[in-house]
Amino acid sequence: MSGPKALQQPLSLRFFSGAFLTFWCLLAAFPIFWIAVMSFKAPVDAFAGNPLDVILGPMTRAGGDGLTLIDVVVGIAMLYGAVQVATRALPKLVAIDTPWSNEILRWLIASAAFAIGFVLVFFGLLPPILNAANSALGLEPVIGLTTVHYQAVWVENAFWRNFVNSLIVTVGVVTVSLTVGTLAGYALARSGSQLAFWILIIALIFRALPHSVLVAGYLPVFVNSAAILEPILGENAPTLYGQPLAVIAVLVSINQPFTIWMLRSFFMSIPAELDEAARVDGCTHFQAFRWVIMPVMWPGVITTGLFSFLLAYNDFLVTSLLLDASNQTMVPAIAGYFNRETTTTDQVEAVAAAVSITAPLFLLVMIFQRQIVSGLTAGAVKG
Amino acid sequence: MKFRTFAAFVGPSIFLMLLFIAAPLVSVFTQSFYLTQPVVEIVTEEVCTPGFLTQTCTTETRSQPVLDEDGRVVRETTFVGLQSYRNVLEPQRAWEAVSNFDFRGLLAIDFWKALRFTLTFTLITLPLVIGVGLAIALAVNNAAKVVRGPVIFVSLLPFIITPVIGALSIRWLFVGEGILTRALEWYLERDIAMFAQGWTIELLMLFYRVWHVAPFAFVIFYAGLQTVNTDTVEAAIIDGASRWQRLWYIIIPHLMPLIVFVALIHLMDAYRVFEEIVGFSSQAHVISLQWLTYDFLQPDDSGNRAVSRASASAMLTMIGIVILLIPLLRKTWRDHRGVR
Repeated sequence: MSGPKALQQPLSLRFFSGAFLTFWCLLAAFPIFWIAVMSFKAPVDAFAGNPLDVILGPMTRAGGDGLTLIDVVVGIAMLYGAVQVATRALPKLVAIDTPWSNEILRWLIASAAFAIGFVLVFFGLLPPILNAANSALGLEPVIGLTTVHYQAVWVENAFWRNFVNSLIVTVGVVTVSLTVGTLAGYALARSGSQLAFWILIIALIFRALPHSVLVAGYLPVFVNSAAILEPILGENAPTLYGQPLAVIAVLVSINQPFTIWMLRSFFMSIPAELDEAARVDGCTHFQAFRWVIMPVMWPGVITTGLFSFLLAYNDFLVTSLLLDASNQTMVPAIAGYFNRETTTTDQVEAVAAAVSITAPLFLLVMIFQRQIVSGLTAGAVKG
Repeated sequence: MKFRTFAAFVGPSIFLMLLFIAAPLVSVFTQSFYLTQPVVEIVTEEVCTPGFLTQTCTTETRSQPVLDEDGRVVRETTFVGLQSYRNVLEPQRAWEAVSNFDFRGLLAIDFWKALRFTLTFTLITLPLVIGVGLAIALAVNNAAKVVRGPVIFVSLLPFIITPVIGALSIRWLFVGEGILTRALEWYLERDIAMFAQGWTIELLMLFYRVWHVAPFAFVIFYAGLQTVNTDTVEAAIIDGASRWQRLWYIIIPHLMPLIVFVALIHLMDAYRVFEEIVGFSSQAHVISLQWLTYDFLQPDDSGNRAVSRASASAMLTMIGIVILLIPLLRKTWRDHRGVR
C-alpha cells in the first residue's frame, strides 16, 4: 500500500493483521470444506481419527473407488476453468444487450446454460475419457472418493422430490415477492407522506416478530381451512395445510417487510427527476415506473431477489410446520436424516444431503458476490 | 403522488401483510385465551364375563371422545382466561423456587429455562459479533487489494449457508467421532463428549452464531471504513495521535451508526434463536423461546397440537421483542421528526 509515510504500518502490525485474516478464513471455510470432504468417503474414513485419512480415504480407495493423479489434475484444471467462465466470461455475455430480453432473463438463461454445461462436462464427458486414459496408462487411484452416498440420498431416498418442492417454493416466493415488493417499494420511496412513514415503521415491527408466533396463528386455520372456507367456496374448499402455494403466500408475506425496506432504499438512490421527466412527457405513474424506473432498477431487483431466495431456501420453521411429509422441502427433510442417525452410513448420508443443499448456495455466492455485498450495505449505509 | 395511486401501488403488499402477519397476531392473541379440546364423555357400563356357576360382573367407567354422526371427534372451544399462560409460566412453582433461591428448580420449568438461555445467548453473542466483525473489517482494510475479493468470498460462506446446515456442519466436527473432538481428546489426553452436557452445547451454539453473523457485521463495517474521512485521519496523525487513538477517537465514532444498526439487527435475530436447537438436537439440555412455541405446535403422539399453550408462549415471546424494539422505534421516530 502506498501513501503518506506516517500511514505506513509497522511490520508487526501487518503480520498480526495478516495472521488474523488467515485464521478467520480458515475458520470460515473449514466446517464447510470438511463436510464436503466427508460426504465423498466411506463411513470408516469419514470419521477417522487422523485428518489425513479423512482426506485421502484409504478404506474408500481399498473399496475400489478413487481418483488417479490425472483425474485430480484434470479435475482441478476444469474447476478453475469453470470458475473463470462463471466470474469473467458469463457477466460479459450477459451484458450484451439484445432487444428481446432484459437483464434478469439473460441471467437466468446464462446460469441455466452454465449449470447444464457444467453437469454435462463433469459427469457425462469427463469420466469415460479419464477412465480410458487411466486404464491405458495403468494408474492406481491415490485419493479415495465415492459417490455412493449421493446416489443413496438422491436416488434411493428420493431427495430429488424434496429438491423439486424447494424449487417450486423458492421460485414462487422470489417472483411474487419481487412483483409485490417493487410496486410498494417504489411508492414508499417516492411518497413523503405521513402514511408511508407509518407503513414503514409497522413493517419494521413486523420484521422483528419471531416466525413461530405467526405460524401459531396459521396452523389451526390452515388445518381446518376446508371447514372454514366451505360457506364461501362450497364443496371444493381446499385444506391449506400441506399446500406449497399456501407456504409461498406465507413466506412472501413474512419477507415482505424486509423486501420493501430494501427495495425502497434502492429506489431512493434513483433520482426522482427521472420519473418527473417521464411524467412531463405524459406517462402515468405506472408507465413511468414500468418503462423508466424499472430498467435502471435491475441491480436492486437482482439483489433483493437474492435475499428473498435465501430466506425461502433456508427456511426451516415455516416449511417444517406447514408442509406435510409428502411435499417437504429440502431443509426440513434433512431433519429426518439426522434424527435416525443410528449407523455411521446414515450419518454420512446426512452429510451428503447437507452438502447437496449447500452446493447451490456456494455457486450463488460465487456468481453474485458483488450483489450480495451491495444488498447488505444498502440498508445500513444509505438509510 | 396522489393518495389513490399510492394506495394502488402499496395495496398488494399491505394486503399480504395484513392477511398473513396482522391477522395471525390477532388470532394468536385470542387463541391464547381459549382451549380447544375433544369433548369427552364418561361412559359407565357393566361388563359381564361368563364364569362357572355365576357370571362375574364389574362396572367400568371410562372416558371416550364423543363422535358426531360422521364419526369425527367433536371438539369444543372454551374460554379459559389466563389458564394457558399459567400452564406455560407455572407461576406457583416458579415463585416457590425463587423464594427458596432454588434456581435449579426454576430452570426445571421449560419456559424459564428457555428464557434464561435466550437472554444469555443474545447478550453474550452481541459484543462478540461486533468485535469479531470489526476486527475482520480492519484486517481486510489493511490487506493488499488482491486478497480482498477472495477473503470476502470466503467470509460470505458462513453467512449464506442454511442455518440448520451450518449448525450441523459444526456438530459433525464435534460429535463423538468428529475430527475436532478427536483432536481435543488427543491434546487434553482425556475423553470428551461435547453433547453430553448443557454448557458445552451452549458453547458450540455461541461459536456457531458468531461464526454465522460476524461476516454480516464485517461487510457492513468494511463498507463504512471506505467512507472514513482521510483529512481527519491525516490531521490526527499530524497532531501525533497513535494508531489506537485514531481507531478509538475517529474510526469508531465514524462507524457508530453502523454499530448501532448491526447491534439492533443482531438483537432481533439472536432473540429468535431456533435453528441451533434443531441443528445441534439439544432439546434435552438447552431450549429457546421460539423452540418452545415450535414444540407446542408439533403434533404429539395422538396427533393433537397444543395450540393454546403455543399461543400463550408466543405472546410471551412477543413481549420480549417489544421491549427490545422500543429503543429502535424511538430513534427512528426522532430521526423522522428531525428530517421534517
